Amino acid sequence: MKICVLVKEVPDAAVEKRIDPSTGRMDRSGEKNLNPYDTHAIEAAMQIKEGGVVPVEEIIAVTMGPDSAVRALHKAVSLGADRSVHLSDPVLAGSDVAATGYALAKTIERESPDIVLLGQQSDDGECYTIGAVVAEHLGMPSLTQVIKMDVDGDALRCERQAEYGYDTVQIKLPAVISVGDAINEPRYPSLKAIMGAKKKPLATVTATEVEIDAGKVGGENSAARWVAAKAPPAKADGEIIEDEDTGETVEKIVAWLDERKLI
Amino acid sequence: MSARNGKVAPAAFPPPVDSPEEFVKSGLDPEDELIEVGVAIVGGGTAGLACANRLLQLLSDDPETLERLGEVPVAVIEKAKTCGGHNLSGAVMRPGPLEELFGELTREQWREEGFAFGEVKKEAIYLLPNGRTKLRIPPPPPQRNHGNEVISVSALARYQQRRAEEAGAYILTETSATKLIVQDGRVVGVRSGDKGRGKDGEPLGNFEPGTDIKAQATVLAEGCWGSITGAAIREFDLADGREPQVWELGVKEVWKVAKPLDRVIHTLAGWPLRIPAKYHQIGGSWIYPMKDEKTGEDLVSIGFVIDLDYADATTSAHDLLQQFKTHPLVRDILAGGERVAWGAKAIPAGGYWAMPKLTMPGALLVGDSGGMVNLAALKGVHYAIKSGMLAAESIYAALRRGESSFESYEEAVEESIIGKDLWEQRNTRQPFSKGLILGGPLINLMIATKGRFPGGRWPLHRNDAQPMFVGPAKDNYPKPDGKYIFDKLSSVFISGNATRDDAPNHIRIQKHVPREIAETWRWMCPAGVYEIPDDAPEHGEVDVIVNYTNCVQCGAITAKGGRLTTPEGGDGPLYQVL
Amino acid sequence: MANILVYALHYDGAINKNSLGAVSEGAKLAAELGGEAHAILLGENVPEDLAASLGRYGAKKVLVAEGPEGLAQPLVDAMAAAIRDGGYGYAIFGGGLLGFEIGAGLAARLGAGVAMEVTAVRAEGGELIAERPILGDSAISEIKYRSEVGIVIGRLNAFEIRESGDGDAPVEKLSFELSPHASQATMVTRGEQRGADVDIEGASILVAGGRGLGKAEGFELCEDLAKAFGSNSAVAATRAVVDAGWYPYAAQIGQTGKTVAPKLYLAAGISGAIQHKVGMQASENIVAINKDANAPIFEFSDLGVVGDLNKILPKLTEAVKAKKAS
Repeated sequence: MKICVLVKEVPDAAVEKRIDPSTGRMDRSGEKNLNPYDTHAIEAAMQIKEGGVVPVEEIIAVTMGPDSAVRALHKAVSLGADRSVHLSDPVLAGSDVAATGYALAKTIERESPDIVLLGQQSDDGECYTIGAVVAEHLGMPSLTQVIKMDVDGDALRCERQAEYGYDTVQIKLPAVISVGDAINEPRYPSLKAIMGAKKKPLATVTATEVEIDAGKVGGENSAARWVAAKAPPAKADGEIIEDEDTGETVEKIVAWLDERKLI
Repeated sequence: MSARNGKVAPAAFPPPVDSPEEFVKSGLDPEDELIEVGVAIVGGGTAGLACANRLLQLLSDDPETLERLGEVPVAVIEKAKTCGGHNLSGAVMRPGPLEELFGELTREQWREEGFAFGEVKKEAIYLLPNGRTKLRIPPPPPQRNHGNEVISVSALARYQQRRAEEAGAYILTETSATKLIVQDGRVVGVRSGDKGRGKDGEPLGNFEPGTDIKAQATVLAEGCWGSITGAAIREFDLADGREPQVWELGVKEVWKVAKPLDRVIHTLAGWPLRIPAKYHQIGGSWIYPMKDEKTGEDLVSIGFVIDLDYADATTSAHDLLQQFKTHPLVRDILAGGERVAWGAKAIPAGGYWAMPKLTMPGALLVGDSGGMVNLAALKGVHYAIKSGMLAAESIYAALRRGESSFESYEEAVEESIIGKDLWEQRNTRQPFSKGLILGGPLINLMIATKGRFPGGRWPLHRNDAQPMFVGPAKDNYPKPDGKYIFDKLSSVFISGNATRDDAPNHIRIQKHVPREIAETWRWMCPAGVYEIPDDAPEHGEVDVIVNYTNCVQCGAITAKGGRLTTPEGGDGPLYQVL
Repeated sequence: MANILVYALHYDGAINKNSLGAVSEGAKLAAELGGEAHAILLGENVPEDLAASLGRYGAKKVLVAEGPEGLAQPLVDAMAAAIRDGGYGYAIFGGGLLGFEIGAGLAARLGAGVAMEVTAVRAEGGELIAERPILGDSAISEIKYRSEVGIVIGRLNAFEIRESGDGDAPVEKLSFELSPHASQATMVTRGEQRGADVDIEGASILVAGGRGLGKAEGFELCEDLAKAFGSNSAVAATRAVVDAGWYPYAAQIGQTGKTVAPKLYLAAGISGAIQHKVGMQASENIVAINKDANAPIFEFSDLGVVGDLNKILPKLTEAVKAKKAS
């Protein structure tokens, strides 16, 4: 079995995010880290490999991003991936979630994986459910919000969180699974693994090499486009009630809630 | 145990920690379990990285020696998420050593790289008699800053990290070093910290034990207070015949301002500190202009430093900084601005007499770890760089000759600007223990005569030996408003502190102590780690709540009765421009 | 194209609240564009009257497709077929986990532009412009669509439910083909309840407790109030009390806990320090009860009550129960 894990580099949560005035896009300079949700995906891949139910011949980490994205790949490898693939090409800059999903699908296609794993979302809030986009392009079944996953013959038995409770779904391989952070507790890499990461094979590919149609990617070709950013509406000053007669206070609160249809 | 508002010293309540037992490991793990490197540098700050930078420069011209260092010739072990994440300083730096280290860079290029913010053209020193007026005084010679550069050490460390990586160093970030490994009386490496322990130290599901890192040479560059440095000093008697080390605590903010500041400003003692000697409040502040070349923004670095020798338990460096900002001198500068950063850090203040011996078999100390700070001039950054370079040179020379002793480093430091400057300033701090009125003139005399008069060796006493009383210092602290005056919690928030909720508690402290001691810790800590329960008695013994996940690892607690042990790698603040 | 197709999630004989909001919003926007909003339901034997009821929220027609419930990909097939044949210019999803998945898949299928976490939509010049918060809610970005079809995926609780005053809508069967990959997933059990888990992210009313509660038992007051508010409410907690063991981590809100945006966030005994604020500042209505008039929470609450929560909460619980009964 071959598992591809999609990973992404995101700005560290502690870094103040702002818009780059010259491009109108989010300023991505500053500390970046492997998307925390993706560490759960790598851990899930490792658990399948170590679980022994089915032989896993290799775990491949794949990312799309500028030069600095190799750090995310090194981290993924230190956590257990056997090799990595870095899709890097200036034509991809500014791609939205749909374009990114398409580009990643073209990259993964060549590997013919049995399972594609990724984190549920990315910390920079940009890519929710990119797994669904990737699955659509690969023609594979997909499931998101998965918090438990077991290999069952030529299928996966998954549990996922839904509005109404937990669903158990049987999904035939090959499949694209987006995992939630409740699925596992990612391991810490050992120092040996961290130091050995740079030695593992890393292939860099361009858009043309994986047959990406340049007309479908990049900021210029985004089907949904930012046109402006503005400050959120200023919140009106709140009301303050000093409680003297609790009965009266409570009446006021209920009236306030009722006005806003909250009861 | 005194029940009155009397004199109790924190030293009477030592933290539950056994230094040699916990921080020194005898012997290495078997070969197949450990990692072997050529030179292990503990601490990826200014000094540690300067050592890495210089070492790799020397090795690049000497393939034979490079080969002798093995697959990983230089490894830097840094507990923050990135080098610079835990670094903080004013800072106005003397340019010499950095120019020496990166000879090909111009000052303009420093600014383009983002770690330098302008040359000092003008400066002013003030004494503030009260919260409204100011007296300008001429800068004493050690404090003259013309020609120096305003920099950010956390930004500089990021730059140095990049250069070190390009030159072939392995920078192991998010990795703490918890033990010194000693074999047959020689330091043979350090052990990295465990990951995945819970609140009480119990191994969690994803527990990953640390690894022994075997090294031919170990450089301790842990900064103002490192556990391993403390253990090494005890293990090898490096403090024999020296005065005890003492510390100051600095709290800093960086502001985006509406109008650029045109000068470097310092204030010495005076308001808001209390003059009477019984408070033992000594300190000062800085305000430095910063021009960010990358964004074009005008920034200001402002900080307040206080000697940890103070006796009033309600002394709080963070609140003193907030109070200081209410002075018209500061309001004029920060008006219309916005706070963009906050941080805190302790500074070794003992000077020459408190410097430990810098070498031991197999290892040596650089930078703040070795106490190389000149407080009279408020300088330490360029010494850190210089000592890192000298350490690299000593290690390189020894390795080349196949020798194992790095003793030449000790002499090299003594003969360099580090030794010379610190010798001149060796007694300029101690008189402060007599208070500003009596001590001040003595200090001026010493500075004027470059230390010759009055000479001799003035003793230092430990910060935690100071008896504490609950005084009125807190009465004048301004109330936070979230826009100009800030509380501790929201400050910890913008420091980027992201410590795991169930991380093990890295602070050792007695949890049940007299109120004076508990209040000392509560007010001292800039991050609000220590709290006293609302229902604790007014006098006598109280419980201490330790919110260790707020900790920004400034190190002050170690000076005043507790012990900051090595936290899990990756925890703590993420300073960017501090 | 002025017609809008709105996805509606149903479960256990009822339509999901977020979907009702989406239908209401779709109806309003379609009217502004001079078109109609139609809803689409997919399931096994979807009751006709349930489908028709969407007319009361403004849907002019409801499409019903037969297929496996609770899975996203069959809906991508169904909606793609409907859009191709029905000439819809936009598809709206009312937040909800399945909605995100279907919307993303549909965007890929149609090559359509998609905006996620949308908090508001407006019609301008014959087209729709979506707004979404960015940079931790500190700014709002406006998004325009350049594709033939635009997809709007709303944030949880973003769209208000509005009854349009119309009656039931006509129901039409939609036939479509399931793509090969959409039939590779089978639902084994749907909607298993696990009592212990607190779904605070999905709740539209949260009653949160902090240190001001005084002790772990104080949470009983919060639980009583949450119960009084009814089914879509839950109890949340600050980090300080979770650390102290008063309430489970699953209910923690804040910098290191969950981030929520309910319709009502009622904070009892919470000071409002920024580490907590960042987890709930996007709540639509914030009510705070605290005995300290200087607590920072009063600076950003919509209604602040300075008083003793031990007196106020029980009385408030009774009053809410009474109001709901009347």
